[in-house]
Amino acid sequence: MSREDVLVTAAWAEENLQTSGVVFVEVDEDASAYDTGHIPGAVKVDWRQDLQDPVRRDFVDRAGFEKLLSARGIGNDDTVVLYGGNNNWFAAYAYWYFKLYGHQAVKLLDGGRKKWELDGRPLDTEAVSRPETTYSAKEQDTSLRAFRQEAIDAIGNKNLVDVRSPDEFSGKLAAPAHLPQEQAQVKGHIPGALNVPWSKAANEDGTFKSNDELLALYKEAGLDESKSTIAYCRIGERSSHTWFALHELLGLSDVKNYDGSWTEYGSLVGVPVETGA
Amino acid sequence: MSSCGAPEQGNALPAGIDPGKEVVLNGKVTNSGSPVAGAFVRLLDGTGEFTAEVVSSPEGDFRFFAAPGSWTVRALHRTGNGESRVTAEGPGLHEVAVAVG
Repeated sequence: MSREDVLVTAAWAEENLQTSGVVFVEVDEDASAYDTGHIPGAVKVDWRQDLQDPVRRDFVDRAGFEKLLSARGIGNDDTVVLYGGNNNWFAAYAYWYFKLYGHQAVKLLDGGRKKWELDGRPLDTEAVSRPETTYSAKEQDTSLRAFRQEAIDAIGNKNLVDVRSPDEFSGKLAAPAHLPQEQAQVKGHIPGALNVPWSKAANEDGTFKSNDELLALYKEAGLDESKSTIAYCRIGERSSHTWFALHELLGLSDVKNYDGSWTEYGSLVGVPVETGA
Repeated sequence: MSSCGAPEQGNALPAGIDPGKEVVLNGKVTNSGSPVAGAFVRLLDGTGEFTAEVVSSPEGDFRFFAAPGSWTVRALHRTGNGESRVTAEGPGLHEVAVAVG
């Protein structure tokens, strides 16, 4: 798989806004961002409203995903280009969903909204409606998704990559520094996890670093390429960004995203926890 | 569960935030004295490592919840970039202004 198969540049995107069979999808945690201006023709997916189960802590099931994509006018054969704010965190999370549910042609817009805005490319507030489709999703591909027992079993056996900031990893902070620090669960990390903050995989403008830089980054941190890997963060979206770098860009095999992440692991009773850098 | 998303930025602290406990870095992005909305404001720790990022409000405001220490606040905007340093000795509201251009 080459970089071009999974990532498009802002220049490519701008040239392909009208291309038939290419659907731009903005995915944000802050749903109001789309309404203040979006890439012309892009449809909106709200991380919380559209991608999470309304009751349980889990994400939308297969039928829910089919319903969402059908309503947004996305067909099975469309090439979906995902982008969003916050350095594509939630766009990467959505990308992982699309892969989990078996969508073939899905790509990330390199740099997301940030690069697009820094480049001064067009945004508009036109309402976008696409004719409804009948989308058919596959069963979840759990080879991409780690559950809590796998995270525990990975201790000492697999690469565990904790992509949170160093202060969250060491136990100094419970959440990223732009959020209130109110979480109740214990602080720290899974024993033996490598701390490679997601941000190290990205340039300042939100684009991904080159494959050579990425490989050097993870090797230097101690990632053993001969082993399987599980990436995690706090709620699973920053680790989707790293999962994308490891699995989609570097092409490492058997890389899973642990979407339960620290908010689940750090609340489990009786599991080992490590603190400090 | 709160998201990792960007909360609304502004000068008033959200309800439930105790500036006696939290280290709050608060400030404004300006260009030639005028507020800059929609700037990407990045918080870097004492070693220059990225810690968090928010988008400045329509009034140019931003806020971070940090820990005691030395921080760099760097703003990116299509009209230019800029940065400022701030040292937070402990909990409380710490003001920092960033000019871009």
